[in-house]
Amino acid sequence: MADTRTAPGTGTVPLKAVPVRYPGRWVAAAVVLVLVAMLVSGLVTNDNYQWAVVREYFFSEPILRGLVLTLELTVIAMAIGIVLGVILAVMRLSPNPIVSGAAWTYVWFFRGTPVLVQLLVWFNLAALYPVISLGVPFGPSFVSGSANNFITPLAAAILGLGLNEAAYMAEIIRAGILSVDQGQTEAAQALGMNRLRTMRRIVLPQAMRVVVPPTGNETISMLKTTSLASVIALAELLYSAQIIYGRTFQTIPLLIVAVIWYLILTSVLSAGQFYVERYFARGAVRTLPPTPLQRLRRQFSRGGPGPHDTAALLASSKDTR
Amino acid sequence: MTADTPMVKAEDVRKSFGLVEVLRGIDLQVERGEVFCLIGPSGSGKSTFLRCINHLEKINGGRLSVDGELVGYRQKGDRLYELREKEVCAKRAEIGMVFQHFNLFPHKTALANVMEAPIQVKGENKADAADRGRRLLEQVGLGDKFDAYPRQLSGGQQQRVAIARALAMEPKLMLFDEPTSALDPELVGEVLDVMRGLARAGMTMVVVTHEMGFAREVGDAVVFMDGGVIIESGKPREMLTDPQHERTRSFLSKVL
Ligand SMILES: Nc1ncnc2c1ncn2[C@@H]1O[C@H](COP(=O)(O)OP(=O)(O)OP(=O)(O)O)[C@@H](O)[C@H]1O
Ligand SMILES: [Mg+2]
Repeated sequence: MADTRTAPGTGTVPLKAVPVRYPGRWVAAAVVLVLVAMLVSGLVTNDNYQWAVVREYFFSEPILRGLVLTLELTVIAMAIGIVLGVILAVMRLSPNPIVSGAAWTYVWFFRGTPVLVQLLVWFNLAALYPVISLGVPFGPSFVSGSANNFITPLAAAILGLGLNEAAYMAEIIRAGILSVDQGQTEAAQALGMNRLRTMRRIVLPQAMRVVVPPTGNETISMLKTTSLASVIALAELLYSAQIIYGRTFQTIPLLIVAVIWYLILTSVLSAGQFYVERYFARGAVRTLPPTPLQRLRRQFSRGGPGPHDTAALLASSKDTR
Repeated sequence: MTADTPMVKAEDVRKSFGLVEVLRGIDLQVERGEVFCLIGPSGSGKSTFLRCINHLEKINGGRLSVDGELVGYRQKGDRLYELREKEVCAKRAEIGMVFQHFNLFPHKTALANVMEAPIQVKGENKADAADRGRRLLEQVGLGDKFDAYPRQLSGGQQQRVAIARALAMEPKLMLFDEPTSALDPELVGEVLDVMRGLARAGMTMVVVTHEMGFAREVGDAVVFMDGGVIIESGKPREMLTDPQHERTRSFLSKVL
């Protein structure tokens, strides 16, 4: 840090620059520190938290199995949501009014009803359609079976969460597609590319930059929403914890286990989001924002960003979200 | 097609957007190897006409043909059948277009921009497309910018990449829509130089431009459009120095 600089025109006499002091910041920091200390001491000294129980169950098998199921459910539901969302978004933008109307109706229905209700409906689908069959519409069917065999809690959760997510992803992706300049489509068409190829090679990759941040939010939100599947007795993370405390009555420590695991997973996803966003920013910004690792390295090699180091300040203000 | 078929032939071409008729009967002919300049005030329909040539816009009346074949339709007897998307694309692939705002693909490097269409449309293999791409970028003076993204390039450099991208499809006709009007004055020259080189190499070019110096020096023919019709046409040297029509004269006095 260069607190002493040679001012121009003063020859060789070094002048000392005194930075402004902020007494208010010190007061605020002290207040925050006291509050944090109170919270931590409460966490540690209150026996009702039963940290020993938390430790006991944190890596227990049912919890870990629930954790894996939560992750699987998140990945599958998001995959369905994204794929179906792209299809719906492209349909929404179709010049054919029946096609775009169908997509609009889908989004209207699935966004307009609570996902918890959708889960319950899927789970009870057998009451609505006792037999499900695959075949020619209004014609012969090839395979058929009892709906109860198809609609397991897992299938109901995947359908409920995935189809609901598709409605939200469709809107996100549509906004992304609309954000791409019309000139891009024209340039691609002028080169002889057809509509589909233009969409896939030119428009969608550029839409990604707009689509990725909200999709990251959706993924994190989905991870937490999977806990709703506990109402249809699917043993994901929350339900696994519930099963245990239903037996042992150690409600709070097991909920804490779930809370900590959810926090760990959402933190990992947030970190992943940063790198995915960085990847899709290629070409959109002249220089990519540095990764945390690069920033760390830069700080050490320079001895920390000084008050006049605007480049470092800009870089750090850009990716604190 | 025979050597004397005109490259572009327009007969009474009409185009409306809603109730507004933007092209009101355009007749013109662009010969092979010719540099054909279109000039005229803003809103006169120059871009629209250019976009009709590669069927980015559909015409509402008249006949428009490129290299002896109708644009966007096939004639059988006394009926016109609209072409399928595949056929339209195949025809567009033979016509290069350069835009006022470059419209490079920002998520691809300069070289990838140039390689995209040969690979995707012609099914060329990657190595050949890369070879050709590098050669074309060198030809437009960007031999050191293969891996630069469009936003890392100046306007003049971007427009030269755009020209290379169009040339990569080995077009028989190049359309330029005000290729230099989004550029700073000191960058105009480098783009015009590339276009001059193309003209010398015998490329057929239709150029919408406000660069009267370029039209006079390189152009073989020029038409002045206003209000969706052609007011005057002729040889650049004669028409630009001694316009016969009052509207041409007042337009030229403003831009020269
Ligand atoms: N897609 C469209 N929908 C409606 N009107 C349009 C459309 N495209 C162009 N026009 C109108 O057609 C007229 C001619 O436009 P065009 O872009 O061809 O003019 P131009 O001669 O290229 O002008 P400039 O020199 O400003 O580029 C203008 O009045 C414009 O508003
Ligand atoms: Mg124009």
